Amino acid sequence: MEELLQQVTNGLAIGGVYALVALGYTMVYGVLRLINFAHGELFTLGAYLGFTFLTSAALGPRLGTGWGLLLLALLVAGLVAVSGALLERAAYRPLREAPRLSAVVSALGASIFLQNALMLGWGARFQVYPDEALPTSAVTLGGTRVPVVRLAVILVSLALMAALWLFVNRTKLGTAIRAVALDRDAARLCGIDVDQVVRAVFLVGPALGGVAGLMVGLTYGQIGFTMGWSYGMKAFTAAILGGIGNVPGAMLGGFLLGLAESLGSAYVSSAWKDAIAFVVLIVVLLVRPTGILGERVAEKA
Amino acid sequence: MTRGLVATAAAVVFALAMTAAPFVLSTYWVDVLDSVGIYALLALSLNLILGEAGLYDMGHAAFFAVGAYTTAILTTRLGVPLLLTLPAAALAAGLFAALVALPVLRLRGDYLLIVTVGVGEIVRIALVNDVGSLTGGANGIFGIPRPFLFGLKLRTPEQLFPLIWGAVALTILVFHRLSASRFGRQLRAVREDEVAAEGSGVNTARARLTVFVLGSAWAGMAGTLFAAKMTVVSPESFGFWESVLVFTMVLLGGAGSIPGVLLGAFLVAGLPELFRGLASARMLVFGLALMVMMVVRPGGLWPRRARGAS
Repeated sequence: MEELLQQVTNGLAIGGVYALVALGYTMVYGVLRLINFAHGELFTLGAYLGFTFLTSAALGPRLGTGWGLLLLALLVAGLVAVSGALLERAAYRPLREAPRLSAVVSALGASIFLQNALMLGWGARFQVYPDEALPTSAVTLGGTRVPVVRLAVILVSLALMAALWLFVNRTKLGTAIRAVALDRDAARLCGIDVDQVVRAVFLVGPALGGVAGLMVGLTYGQIGFTMGWSYGMKAFTAAILGGIGNVPGAMLGGFLLGLAESLGSAYVSSAWKDAIAFVVLIVVLLVRPTGILGERVAEKA
Repeated sequence: MTRGLVATAAAVVFALAMTAAPFVLSTYWVDVLDSVGIYALLALSLNLILGEAGLYDMGHAAFFAVGAYTTAILTTRLGVPLLLTLPAAALAAGLFAALVALPVLRLRGDYLLIVTVGVGEIVRIALVNDVGSLTGGANGIFGIPRPFLFGLKLRTPEQLFPLIWGAVALTILVFHRLSASRFGRQLRAVREDEVAAEGSGVNTARARLTVFVLGSAWAGMAGTLFAAKMTVVSPESFGFWESVLVFTMVLLGGAGSIPGVLLGAFLVAGLPELFRGLASARMLVFGLALMVMMVVRPGGLWPRRARGAS
């Protein structure tokens, strides 16, 4: 029971991370029908920026606790969002009307470029978040000690998802995003500025991904320049699992994968941990070929 | 007409240059060309699936791995001569492809892409976990014997060169004929418009399954040659990165175009070698080059000939 609770909170925390990253994939896919392979590297960038701020002599002591962490998260989110918008401008906008697969290769190129830029910028070694920045306190929940940071990750990811849901469903820009996702040409005919919508999606998605990267740094302490590929692939799997292009689907898919991975590696086999996500995906797609909450996505070559 | 002449001239020059290569280049560069040849086999076989039939397969390394491990196990455990394992490697990779295809091939586009990525990862993790105590875990399988051809043991890069590039030449010939055949036209019909293809009497499900199994079986045979060249197979040679490389070769050169895919194999496998002088920045430049080349030529560097222009 105690172990189960540990595994469930652990799974929800990692699931929250997957869900936040998955939202970036699914929103970009929704408006551009593009798999943004470089999204995983933006997530890693968030982790590294957090590391740099926390280890800097001037800012580190102020950002490590309480409201400072909130400020840190905003700082990281803002910087990663700007990087996302720049990426869109450089690598994807010139290919907006090109064959879909050309944009996929450009995205792979962007991913390789960013990953190596991270390596050159911060070094090939793993970096470790400073001890004093890592929250060590724990609360007792049902007789089990659960780290506060784990609960915070779950709560923060839920709060961000709620905010995103409100943004997409209750604001004018959010409505425009949904309209472009449904039919880009019809949306343009209605007077929606498609470029503005795409820019908004490439600001919001990377911001969430960057915060997710920061949370991984704060939770596990250790970050590496290649982590974007494994987290990114699993987050994309989560987006597909929930139904690509569908915002609540990405959230559901993220939490489901996090739980499946955590429980699977604890009770089935830890050696197969990294395969669990893909096995779940294949099984779900056998039953529901468009994902759990997915509708048919119109597809053009 | 002119375009046909240019293509023929390019083919002749390329064939002559490749024939001369092992005699004039240093052993290091012949070895690089051997690697390029194996990538070319992989890219040409993926081109059937991705370029001709338009199936987004980003897990080609899985079938390459099945072929390479089949050869490694048969030669080291049962003492089968290496080149005689080619049919077994093709069969194993093809059967595995059929097994994978049954549940996933009805998925469209990007769903298929991520599932094939997943299949590739599952295969790699299975190899690391030493399934059935046959694959040697993370270390892989050592001491694969060298192949014999006409009684000659092929050991040096120069000796392996004719074997590998002979296989590439044969592949080009076979796939060129295949592309021009009725089956090739069926595949392109499936790619362009599946509903219209079905309406014109093409059994699209069977065409997709056939091309997926054929392309994967071919990757399995490339695995045999890889095992012959390396004498060692281990899981790290068959990761997500390898699938990504082969995928970019096909699209960078020009999906559906055989000269384009060859060019893609040379660029993607060769460019990082040429950039070696840039040391740790070479993959950065490589990523940038991929982006720039796609922006400048979205259809690939040597695209498939448009309909009617011959």
